[in-house]
Amino acid sequence: MRSTVNLHVNGEPVQAEIEHRQLLVDFLRDDLGLTGTHTGCDTSQCGACVVHVDDVAVKSCSVLAVQMNDCNVTTIEGLATDALHPVQQAFTDEHGLQCGFCTPGMIMTTVDILKRHPDGIDAATARKELEGNLCRCTGYENIVKAVMTAAGGHDHV
Amino acid sequence: MSEQLKTGFGASVPRKEDRRFITGQGRYTDDLKLPGQAYAYFVRSPYAHARILEIDLAAALEAPGVIGILTGEDYEASGLGPLINGWDTRSRDGTPAVMAHRAALTKSEVKFAGEAVAVVIAESRVAARDASELVMIDYEDLPVVTSAITALEKGALQLHDVAPGNLVFDWDTGDADAVESAFATAAHTVSLDLNNSRLIPNAMEPRAANAIYDPGTGEYTLHLTTQNPHGKRALLSAAIGIAPDHKVRVLSGDVGGGFGSKAPLYPEEVVCLLAAKQLGRPVKWTAERGEAFLTDAHARDHASTVELALDADYQFQALRINTIANLGAYLSTSGTLVPTIMYALIATGQYHFPAAYVRVKGAYTNTAPVDAYRGAGRPEACYAIERIVENAARQLNIDPAELRRRNYVTEFPYRSALDLEYDTGNFTGLLDKALEMIDYTGFQTRRAESEARGMKRGIGFSAYIEIAGFGPSKLLSTMGAPGGIWEAAEIRVNGSGSVEVITGCHSHGQGHETTYAQVVCEELGVPIEQVEVIHGDTHRGAAGNGTAGSRSSVGMSAVQGACRKVIAKATDIASHVMEVPVERLAFKNGQFIDTAGNAAMTMAEVAAAAYTGHDFPTDVIEPGLHEVSFFDPANFTYPAGCYICEVEIDPETGVTRIVDFVAADDFGRIANPMIVHGQVHGGITQGIGQALHEHCAYDPESGQLMTGSFMDYGLPRADDLPPFRIEFVETPCPGNPLGMKGCGEAGAIGATPAVINAVTDALNIEDIEMPATPARVWQALQR
Repeated sequence: MRSTVNLHVNGEPVQAEIEHRQLLVDFLRDDLGLTGTHTGCDTSQCGACVVHVDDVAVKSCSVLAVQMNDCNVTTIEGLATDALHPVQQAFTDEHGLQCGFCTPGMIMTTVDILKRHPDGIDAATARKELEGNLCRCTGYENIVKAVMTAAGGHDHV
Repeated sequence: MSEQLKTGFGASVPRKEDRRFITGQGRYTDDLKLPGQAYAYFVRSPYAHARILEIDLAAALEAPGVIGILTGEDYEASGLGPLINGWDTRSRDGTPAVMAHRAALTKSEVKFAGEAVAVVIAESRVAARDASELVMIDYEDLPVVTSAITALEKGALQLHDVAPGNLVFDWDTGDADAVESAFATAAHTVSLDLNNSRLIPNAMEPRAANAIYDPGTGEYTLHLTTQNPHGKRALLSAAIGIAPDHKVRVLSGDVGGGFGSKAPLYPEEVVCLLAAKQLGRPVKWTAERGEAFLTDAHARDHASTVELALDADYQFQALRINTIANLGAYLSTSGTLVPTIMYALIATGQYHFPAAYVRVKGAYTNTAPVDAYRGAGRPEACYAIERIVENAARQLNIDPAELRRRNYVTEFPYRSALDLEYDTGNFTGLLDKALEMIDYTGFQTRRAESEARGMKRGIGFSAYIEIAGFGPSKLLSTMGAPGGIWEAAEIRVNGSGSVEVITGCHSHGQGHETTYAQVVCEELGVPIEQVEVIHGDTHRGAAGNGTAGSRSSVGMSAVQGACRKVIAKATDIASHVMEVPVERLAFKNGQFIDTAGNAAMTMAEVAAAAYTGHDFPTDVIEPGLHEVSFFDPANFTYPAGCYICEVEIDPETGVTRIVDFVAADDFGRIANPMIVHGQVHGGITQGIGQALHEHCAYDPESGQLMTGSFMDYGLPRADDLPPFRIEFVETPCPGNPLGMKGCGEAGAIGATPAVINAVTDALNIEDIEMPATPARVWQALQR
């Protein structure tokens, strides 16, 4: 079964015939070629596929593409156009990435975290908020630092 | 500030590769979609041990979008060879390790759950997966053995006809008789039975392959998630017989973590190449996470008895270790290397032992093949020695720091009882640094504070040392190495003065595009923006051995060697152009300077001249500025450190919290401290993961993997971890010109025993199984 879906991806209108069972992550990667969003597990545990749907962080492996009718989807490719987003900048400044595979999901999650903590965040809360994103390289320490730096704080512990 | 100071060796230069990763422009293997792309989905055995009676492909072949299906019969008919263990490991009696036949697709009898028996190639990923469910296979389920100890028992189920008693090898090193007499006269002996738990590596990017065959040229191209493109090419060519090596191109773009698990050759990679040729389409396969759990090479899984003999002054007299290593259903590429050489040689740790002996038996079982994973053998060795030393201190009522201090090797070079030459180190300095960082003298106060809150506090040490930086080829050749394990680098200074560095090492998170460029910046004095590091393509770099075992420092020395050759030739060119004798020229800050005059030429100017070369005396100076260097170290490197961990355990719940973790590391000279800190963070986290969280469990009755997803297998999460405190104690390595020891594996080697020593200290027990989950800790508290 297929349905026509109209949505916006990174600000651009997209109309597509989508097989009902297709996951959003597969639609983004396979149909739109937006390969910055990654698939790291089969069980919605790793968070490598996090995108924003109507400005809220969503694991794109846990929603169907047909559910996106009338939605605004933002992927890592659409987070910033010319200059880097402050969260992207913080990840590189704090060496919050190594192999880079979890990074797009980490960055999209962090943008969402900071939106929900506009008055700043402590490191313990940042660690809890990152629970849904797995990284095998960094031991999270520098990712937490990146979250804190992007939040404008210097609480590194 | 000179380029060298800003971006040269030793500076925390921000990573050149970051931009593409943080903007979603990384190019991982699965991101590539080729014209005419076909997709593979593997049909895997649901049984851990079963005979294949019949395969019915009729329904699957008629499913929509199916292009073709290959089975074990097709693989056999293709004439391609089996997957092999690449190391010539010999048992005590001189016989070679027993290698069971492993075809890339199994024809008659499967030996572990998840083993590939067929592959469906279709127009889309989902079409291939749908059709795979229509492949009807009639299996005869057979009994299983998952434990290596059980597999080696008399009368155990026999897995492979070629391996009586399931024994792969019975290997040893050291002097058994000397150890025997030392134990006979020892004032004190301590012994401990230990399991080093099985792990599943779980790089975040699942394995993937995309294979192309060009019938016009007969050339195969394989885009692959690998740590070692040239090594894969060698295996595909020499062992599998795909094609001569010059007709096989292996490319690895961005690779999302490896940790050892992307070093071995895997069946899927071979099958994609075969399918691409037979079906005339590029064939892509990407593992689902469940497949990664089932089929990525697993790690560790040792059962050991460790014995320590001491004299009346607590000087170590002898070490004896007997280990049974679970190697899985088949031998992976380094299957016999990891539990022998990589494990046993360093078993005496940072301590002087007059005598030592290690014996290892390897066993086949109905589990996934076991191979290298961060540390590969050395974490098992460190776990054995650091657990027994800590237990000895507790049993003999001597401070664990003092017992270590009394037995440290203090003079270098040092020839160990297991015949390694430790080149340099400062073990006492590392211990002192770690003690100061953790405020060791304040521990009893902290423990009392914890107890006042109803918590149990423990402290644990780990003084790790490893062998890293592989080669040395000559030494490894005596240990069964299949070929030379040097590293190669090529420097191309282009006419514009830009520099391309082509290395056979591979970066899958290590940041080589930055650190290798730093070496060039340091050597040639060119701005780092003008240096491009190229890796992961067997057609661009002629040779290499990939990245594993913290050997990128070896690669960096090759880069330095090639730079020095470039400077030598550039000096000749500058001398010719400037009409100044070579002896009068000095090379400084990227400039060739006439020491007796004012004339100078930049490297860029020399490069331009090199490619112009109109009036070169070409019998003396050839045009061009392009040099290659191979570096083969004379010895292993010996990264070492001292880690101290403090835990607090809630006796109500059994939950262990790491309240402090300090690391004093000696990596020799450090190329980029920011990156090295990151490497240590990641390594420590994997070590903590083994100690507290990661549990690979097979059901002993059925051989089913019971921890086959991130919902079951405890990969450490941000909230599980403490912040780490890391400092460096630097003793430059004499074995390579850059003085580096390597840092990739240290954390994973050193952290695990430190954590478990802290947990057993808090619980006042001799041992606890890893991972020390809340359930296990709580059970220990009830005893």
